[in-house]
Amino acid sequence: MTQGTTPGIVNWLKFSSPQTFYPLAGKMVPWFAVAAAILAAVGLYIAFFVAPTDFQQGDSYRIIFVHVPASWMSMFIYIVMAAWAGIGLVLNTRLSSMMASALAPTGAMFAFLSLWTGALWGRPTWGAYWVWDARLTSELILFFLYLGFMALQAAIDDPRRADKAGAVLALVGVVNVPIIYFSVKWWNTLHQGASVSMTRAPTMAATMFTGMIVMAFAFWVYSIAVALVRVRAIILERERHSGWAQNLQEAPAT
Amino acid sequence: MNWGSAAEFFAMGGYAGYVWGAFAVVAACMIVEPFVVRARRREALRRLRQLTSAAQGAHNEATA
Repeated sequence: MTQGTTPGIVNWLKFSSPQTFYPLAGKMVPWFAVAAAILAAVGLYIAFFVAPTDFQQGDSYRIIFVHVPASWMSMFIYIVMAAWAGIGLVLNTRLSSMMASALAPTGAMFAFLSLWTGALWGRPTWGAYWVWDARLTSELILFFLYLGFMALQAAIDDPRRADKAGAVLALVGVVNVPIIYFSVKWWNTLHQGASVSMTRAPTMAATMFTGMIVMAFAFWVYSIAVALVRVRAIILERERHSGWAQNLQEAPAT
Repeated sequence: MNWGSAAEFFAMGGYAGYVWGAFAVVAACMIVEPFVVRARRREALRRLRQLTSAAQGAHNEATA
């Protein structure tokens, strides 16, 4: 079997078993959680105290520091989720499918936050909380794809069949992500293009961009931490009849 | 520093409702979600414990 391959590959494959991944994920969580807290603190400081007031939008533009990272994460998590689901479908690896299921609620949350913060930014800048514009509509569809993925998996009792059905839905829905991303170029839209902040005065663009990137990293490591905790819960839920789970020596807390 | 006073900071140049409405909901979600996932894992662990104690004795048919 894998005896013939290099030790590196064998070591790496070892972690594709839920039993080995469970304690490893547990060790990784605090690091990502602490990184998320530090990055969020730095990002919020830049967002409110370093980045200057915008000469056109005033302070309403500060919503960008949560709106853009939430939107990026909603799309990025979807791609990662679909990739794990696809790997689980093709290679029949349980853990991959569990990773996909663990990412869906967090992705849905960011899609919702993207829409929510976008509405609160749209009102003062465009005069409307919502418009049926290509960017907004495709992001709403992304939110529904997440909800559909979760509802479909919840509706199927057999976890492996739920994994397969969810994977098909997730993979078909991937086509929506480039549509969201390029919608501001492909269609005439109210939503500003991706590079608007770059074209402002250099100092302003620099602090705004830094704040946005730091917040995006905060959201990213946050998502990893939360998804790892959730995948640990999913592993326990699904593997509870297996010997290793029942022999797990773990304190009931945390 | 952008703000002359705390009141000015909270006023957000007249956009307080929009800015704080956005940040508050993002913060609420990202504070609540970690508690929800931890509760889910704790519940899974609790059910596992129940199962394990129930399985103790001459019960050996649990297969993976």
